[in-house]
Amino acid sequence: MTLPLTPSQTVGPYFTLGLSAANQLVPADQPGAVRIGGFVFDGAGEPVPDALVETWQADPDGSFGHPDDPRGLSSSFSGFARCPTSPDGSWSVVTLKPGALPTPGGGTEAPHLDISVFARGLLDRVTTRLYFPGEAANTADPVLSALAPEAAATLVAVPVSGGLRFDIHLQGPDETVFFSV
Amino acid sequence: MTVSDAPRGLALPSYRRDEGTHPPLLYPDYLATRLRAPARPLTILPQLLTEVTGPVLGEGAVDADDHDLTRQHTGDPLGERIIVSGRVLDSDGRAVPNTLVEVWQANAAGRYRHAGDRHPAPLDPNFTGVGRCLTDEHGNYRFVTVKPGAYPWGNHENAWRPAHIHFSLFGRAFTQRLVTQMYFPGDPLFAHDPIFNSIPDPRARERLIGQFDLATTEPEWALGYRFDIVLRGSAATPVEQP
Ligand SMILES: [Fe+3]
Repeated sequence: MTLPLTPSQTVGPYFTLGLSAANQLVPADQPGAVRIGGFVFDGAGEPVPDALVETWQADPDGSFGHPDDPRGLSSSFSGFARCPTSPDGSWSVVTLKPGALPTPGGGTEAPHLDISVFARGLLDRVTTRLYFPGEAANTADPVLSALAPEAAATLVAVPVSGGLRFDIHLQGPDETVFFSV
Repeated sequence: MTVSDAPRGLALPSYRRDEGTHPPLLYPDYLATRLRAPARPLTILPQLLTEVTGPVLGEGAVDADDHDLTRQHTGDPLGERIIVSGRVLDSDGRAVPNTLVEVWQANAAGRYRHAGDRHPAPLDPNFTGVGRCLTDEHGNYRFVTVKPGAYPWGNHENAWRPAHIHFSLFGRAFTQRLVTQMYFPGDPLFAHDPIFNSIPDPRARERLIGQFDLATTEPEWALGYRFDIVLRGSAATPVEQP
């Protein structure tokens, strides 16, 4: 039996009513806590004030504590954060840097966050990945290394005072690489 | 969930990819897509550990009364009381148990309790328009609410959204995350709504229309609507469980 899928629809402009944000996974003053954030821009380079950014990641040991992770690891870390953009188009989460992950092919994925962006005007979510700057494992990451260098660069956060900056360009010359997952 | 045999013992589930069910990101009749839809083709992402796992938002995410949008204030909200229930399944027909379902909606007059909503329709002091619940072990969910009103929006001349309830679902994996809208049968605005019509296949649009259901209608109390939601299931042919 194969059931047809339920189609996606936009979150519309009023999602903050129903999708309560939890953008701080750890206290900002906890050792290892990192603030990651930036702006969401549209194709005209204007900030998007009504987007929702969701992040999903492993814990610092590379564990998800999820039943479909065949390694059977446990984790007390939630791994999921979400933040609506402010009127200036900015978002941020406070989290811990995830660990590297094994792949079925015997390789290693560099530390990364999976990101979903929802917004008025997005009929389906768009997904991307955030990688960490200066990470040796980035060069061997199977996803990042498969991209052209200028495309890969859109997925690597930039160090700034107080944390990491990751801007998301939905469209335009600096368009972020988005994935079909 | 079917797994693909992989070297070194790391066998991961694999989820079917969309074959044209979802709307295109660029749908020019919905004006806001024009500057927000990515213009470049999407890159295929392999389904690795981060993609086949997802937030487990179970106990603690929901209070017992969060499913009843008519009981969040001292008085009853105005409008037609309804019960919206259904199952969350994957495309293999398997229930998705213990998964978070979040809803939000306009009140019976078509007004959201949101600072950005300027529609000059009345707010209802007894209605917030937000609910959440977890599916049970069979994937069932149930909300009690009022039927939302249609509302105008600025997309084009005399643009009105058909009555709808926004739904957000997590499923069990990042791949399954879905945000959608449930509509009501026979809405005269369907033909005029670019968001509804952005779904390419008319039969897929129909799947977003909740069905009136006498069996879940409660006498002297509320009309029942059924709305089942199907998330992505296994990519491979499912293996029958013994
Ligand atoms: Fe709406």
